[in-house]
Amino acid sequence: MQQQINAVWEQLSRELAAASDTAGLEQIRVAYLGKKGQITGLLKGLQKVSVEEKKTLGQLINQLKRRAEESIVQTQERLAAEELERKVLSAEKYDVSLPSAEKKGSYHPITLVQRDLEDIFHSMGFNVEDFSEIVDDFACFESLNIPKHHPARDMQDTYYLENGQLLKTHTSAAQNSIMRKYGAPLRAIFPGRCFRNESIDACHENTFFQMEGMMIDEDISISNLIYFMKTMLSEVFQRDVSVRLRPGFFPFVEPGFELDVNCQICGGSGCPSCKHSGWLELCPCGMIHPNVLRYGGIDTDKYTGFAFGLGLTRLAMMKYGISDIRDFNSGSLKSLSQFSAK
Amino acid sequence: MLVSMNWISDFVDLSGQNLEQLIHRFTLSTAEVEEIVYKGRDIENVVVAKIVEVNDHPSSKKLHLLKVDAGDKVYDCVCGAPNVRVGMVVPFAKAGGRVGGREIGKAELAGFPSEGMCCSEAELGISADHSGLMEIPDHVPLGTDIKTLYPIEDVIFEVDNKSLTNRPDLWGHYGLAREFAALAGKPLRPLSIHPASEMAHLPSLNIRIDEPELAFRYSGATVENITRKISPLALRIRLYYCGLRSINLLADLTNYVMLELGQPMHAFDLDKVNQVEVRRFDKPFTFRTLDGSDRAVDENTLMICSKGEPVALAGIMGGLDSEISDDTTSLFLESANFEASGIRKTSTRLGLRTDASMRYEKSLDPEMTSLAIERFLYILQQADPGVQITSSLTDCYVKKFEEVHLTIDKAYVDRYTGIDISADRIEKTLVSLGFGVTRTGDSFAVTVPSWRATKDVTIPADLIEEITRIYGYDNFQISTTTSALAPVRYSAGKSDEYDIKDMLVQRYSLHEVHSYLWNDEKKLKEIGIAPMENVRILNASTPEYAVLRPSVVPSLLVFAHENRNYAEEFGLFEVARAVEGLTAEGLCNERKKLAIVLYSREASEKTLFFRLRDMIASIGAIKGVSTSFASAEAVFPWQHPVNTASVTINGITLGAMATLHPACGQKLDKRAAVVFAELDLDQFASIARQDTTYNEPSKFPGIDIDLSFWMPQGAVYADLVPAWADMIGNTPLQKVDVTDIYEGEQNSITVRLYFSSCEKTLTREEVMPLAEGVVKTLAEKNILLKQ
Repeated sequence: MQQQINAVWEQLSRELAAASDTAGLEQIRVAYLGKKGQITGLLKGLQKVSVEEKKTLGQLINQLKRRAEESIVQTQERLAAEELERKVLSAEKYDVSLPSAEKKGSYHPITLVQRDLEDIFHSMGFNVEDFSEIVDDFACFESLNIPKHHPARDMQDTYYLENGQLLKTHTSAAQNSIMRKYGAPLRAIFPGRCFRNESIDACHENTFFQMEGMMIDEDISISNLIYFMKTMLSEVFQRDVSVRLRPGFFPFVEPGFELDVNCQICGGSGCPSCKHSGWLELCPCGMIHPNVLRYGGIDTDKYTGFAFGLGLTRLAMMKYGISDIRDFNSGSLKSLSQFSAK
Repeated sequence: MLVSMNWISDFVDLSGQNLEQLIHRFTLSTAEVEEIVYKGRDIENVVVAKIVEVNDHPSSKKLHLLKVDAGDKVYDCVCGAPNVRVGMVVPFAKAGGRVGGREIGKAELAGFPSEGMCCSEAELGISADHSGLMEIPDHVPLGTDIKTLYPIEDVIFEVDNKSLTNRPDLWGHYGLAREFAALAGKPLRPLSIHPASEMAHLPSLNIRIDEPELAFRYSGATVENITRKISPLALRIRLYYCGLRSINLLADLTNYVMLELGQPMHAFDLDKVNQVEVRRFDKPFTFRTLDGSDRAVDENTLMICSKGEPVALAGIMGGLDSEISDDTTSLFLESANFEASGIRKTSTRLGLRTDASMRYEKSLDPEMTSLAIERFLYILQQADPGVQITSSLTDCYVKKFEEVHLTIDKAYVDRYTGIDISADRIEKTLVSLGFGVTRTGDSFAVTVPSWRATKDVTIPADLIEEITRIYGYDNFQISTTTSALAPVRYSAGKSDEYDIKDMLVQRYSLHEVHSYLWNDEKKLKEIGIAPMENVRILNASTPEYAVLRPSVVPSLLVFAHENRNYAEEFGLFEVARAVEGLTAEGLCNERKKLAIVLYSREASEKTLFFRLRDMIASIGAIKGVSTSFASAEAVFPWQHPVNTASVTINGITLGAMATLHPACGQKLDKRAAVVFAELDLDQFASIARQDTTYNEPSKFPGIDIDLSFWMPQGAVYADLVPAWADMIGNTPLQKVDVTDIYEGEQNSITVRLYFSSCEKTLTREEVMPLAEGVVKTLAEKNILLKQ
C-alpha cells in the first residue's frame, strides 16, 4: 500500500505541474481529494488493513492528503500569477502622443493685463473701484479743472448723448466720485472703458481701456509718486525698470508729468519702437490739482495726492505684441482664443 | 515747432556747452524734443570762387565748361546751371569736399575734366532754391570757407507742439532761450530794439477795438520808403531751417519776429490799410484770404477792418486785397492780441490753422505786441537803412491781465516735493525764469511775469512745477509713503466678476470677448435683428452706430455669426454695459451685464439649452445659494417665445436665458443651435455670499424610496416640488433627486426621496407615511403614481 501511496503522490505532482488553468486544477482536485478521489479512496481502503498497519498507513495517507492540499494551493497561486501576467502582457498600449481634445476657454487680453495690475495695487493697499461708462460734464471735465473752452470738450473728441450725458473720455472722470465716496486718506485704482470720437485704424480706437490711480494722504509728495510708479511698473514688467518724468500738461494735475519707461523692447539702447530714444511714453501723472481736491471735498491744507492714468489697451499691446488695436473689439476667436492662460 | 540753436545763442551764451546734453535736459525740464538735426555737417570744403571763363559744351546745350578761380588756383568745372556768367562769385565744392553728404571727386563729365562743383542754395541745404547757382557778393575774398561766411552750421531740434500747449511763452526763440539760460545757469541777453520812445513824436494811427472781450490789444506802426526786397541770407537760412519759406523782406520779417518772440504780426500795404477797426459783423459774408480761398465769415468771426472794409481774419490770416506785394514800399504793421478761445473756434470752424492762430490759441502775453514792433523796426532798419518810420507806435490796449502775486515758503515746497531743495535754489530758479521774488527768510513773495500770467501760472502749486522741473526730476531722491496700513478687500462686484470669468473660462471653456457700447445696425440686420430705439449718441461717426445697446446679447450674436466657421462648437461671453433707456431723472440706466452665447453644430438645441442652464446655476452657486428658472415671456425679438426662461437667484430675477428666435437663427446659421443668457451683475453683486452652514452627516444608514409619476400634458417638474418642499429639514426627508425621465406616449418622471436621521436607524414603517403623503398630495393635482 505504501507503494501505492508513493505512486499517487508522483502522479499528482506530475498532473499539478502540467495544470495550465483553474478549471483543470479543479478537475485534479476532485480526482484526488473529491468524494470518489484517489486519496479519499486510499483512506477508505484503510478499513481493510490490520490495526498495526492502520496506524502507520493512516499517518502516511493523511500526510499525503496534506501535501496534496498544499500543492494544489501552490498551483492555484502559480496559475493566478500566470493569469495576471497574461493580463498585463495582453493589455492595449495607449498612444499618449495623440493630440489632446481638451477644450480651452480664453480671457480677453485686457482682462489679463487689468487683473495683473489690480492684484499689484490691491497688494499695496489700493481699493479697486468700478465706475460707469456714461457720465456727465461735471465728472468728466468740470470737476477735473478742465475749463469750458478746453479742446477736450469739443464734439470731435467726446461722444455726447441726446440726454446731455456723455461717454467718459478718460478714467479720470471717476476721481470726483471716488474722493467723495472715501474722503482722505485714500488709495484707489479704477480701471474702465473710455470713448473718444476718433476714426478707427490699426493704431486708433474709439473704445479703449485705461486705469486711473490716486493716492491722497498727508504729505504725499512728488518723491512718493516717482517711487510708486517705479515700483508698480517693475512689478508689471517683472523686472527692474527705469522711469523718467518730463513736464506734461493736464488740467487736473499740478505739476503734471509724462512718465517714460526705458524701452522694454530694446532695453533703452534705442530701436524703432521707441523712435531710437530708448524711452517709451507710458503714463501721464502728477500731483492732483488743488481745485480737483477741493471739488472732491478734500482739505487741501492738510492733504496732497498724486494721480496717474495708464493706458491698459496700450499696455496689453506692448505686453503681447499686438500690432492692430482693432483686434481687441473684433470678437474674432482666431485672435482672442489664444489668451487661454490666466 | 523747429528750433535753431544758433538763434537761441543770440540771447544766451552757450559757448562751451554740450548742446546735445542741454537739449536732453530741455526735454526733461521743459518740453519734449522729438528730433535733433545737425545742419551743415554734410558740407565740407566748399569755398568762395569766381567764374573766370565760360565755354559752351560742344555737344550739350545745358552744360558749360567753366574755369573757376578758388583763390589757390583755377579749376576746371563742368556745370549744368543756367545762370553761369563770367565774373559771378559762387560757392565751389572742391574735389575731396562734401555737399549734401556726397563726396565730390575729380571726374570726367560728358567728356571733359571736372575738379569740383559749383553749388545752388538747395545743394547747400540752406533753401529750396535750385533754379541756379547761388550768388555771393563779389567783395568776399576768394577761397573763403562758405561756412565762415554764412551760418550754414546749426543744430535744429523739433519740439512736440502738444507739449507746449500750456506755455504761450515758448512759441518763440526768445522764450525758449530763457529756458536754456535757466538750465545752463547763464544770463538772458536783452533784445535789441528800436524803442517806441524814439518815435513818440510822430503822428499816431487811428486804431479802434470794438470787441474788448475778444481783442485785448492792437499795436500798429507805419513805415515808408522800403527799398530792399530780398532778406539777408542769414535771416533766410534761419527761416528755412525753422520750416518757413522766404517770400520777401517784409513778409519774412513778420515771420522772423513771430518765430523769435512768438508774437504773430501782419504787414498790410499802407496804400490799402492806414487805419484799423477790430469788430464783428451782424450778417455773414465771404472773405478772400491771402491764400486765395474764400472764407465764410459769420457773426462770431472777429475781423480786422480798415474804414469799414474787412482786411483780415483777426488772428488767423490776412486778406488777399490788402496783402503786401514785392512792389510794396510802405506798410502798416499789425501786432495784436486776441482772446484765445475765440480764435480757436473760428479757426476750427473754418478748418484753417495757421502759425498765427496756433499761437493765439495758447493765450499769448499781451505785453508782447509793442515789443514785437520795436524789434521788427530794429531788424528792418538793419536790413534796409533807408526806411522811414512814419507813425508813432500806436497802441490800443483795452484789456490787461491782472498781475499774479503768489506767496510760498520752503516748508510748502518740501511737503510737495518730499525732498530738500534749498531756499537759495528756490529763489535762483524762479528769478532765472523771470519771476519777481522778494524773499523774507524762507518765505517768498512771487510776482509772475506777464508771459506766464495769461493762464499758465496762477496758484502756488504752479511754482512747485517751476522749481522742480529746473531742479530735475532725475535728481529726486525717491521714497515710499508713510501712510497708515488699512485692510482692503475687493468689492462684491469685483469678486463676482473674477469668479464668474474664471468659471466660464476654466470650467466651461468659454471665450471672453469685448464689443461696442452701441448697436451696429448693419451687422444686426445681417442676423435678422431690426434697429431698436434707445438713447442716441448725438455725434456718432455714422448713423448706424448712434443707438446705445439695450442688451449685450445681440453684439455677441453678431460675433457668433462671424465666428461660425471657427469651430463646430464654441461659447462666448462678455461682462459689459448696456443701457436700459432713461431713468425717471432722465439719466441713462446703465447696467453691468454678463452675456453668454453658446453655438453648436454638434449638440442639439435642447442639450445646449440645458448646458447653459447648468452653467448659470453654477454662477448662482458662487453666492452659495440656488438658482431657479421659470418659463417667461420673451421681451426681445431675438428670444424664442417658447423657450425663454427667467433666472432668479435668492428671490431676485437677474435676467433671462433663451433659445434663438428662428427668424434670427435662419440668418445667423441654419446648421447651428444657438442659446444665450443675460444677467444683471449690478443686482448679482447685491446678493450676499452665504457662508457654509456645516451639517454633521448622519452616522445611521438612511432609506431611499423611488417614486414614478405620470406627467399630465403641460405639467413640469416644478409642479411636483411643492409636494415635498416643506418636508425637507422638517422631517427625515433630506433631499429629492430626479433619477429618470421617460418620454413616450405619456411622459413619466422618477424621483428618489432620501430619508435619514441623525439620531437612529430609520425603519421603512417610519418613512412610508411621508412618501405616501407626497403621493397623495400629487394625486390631488392629478399627478398619479405609476404602478
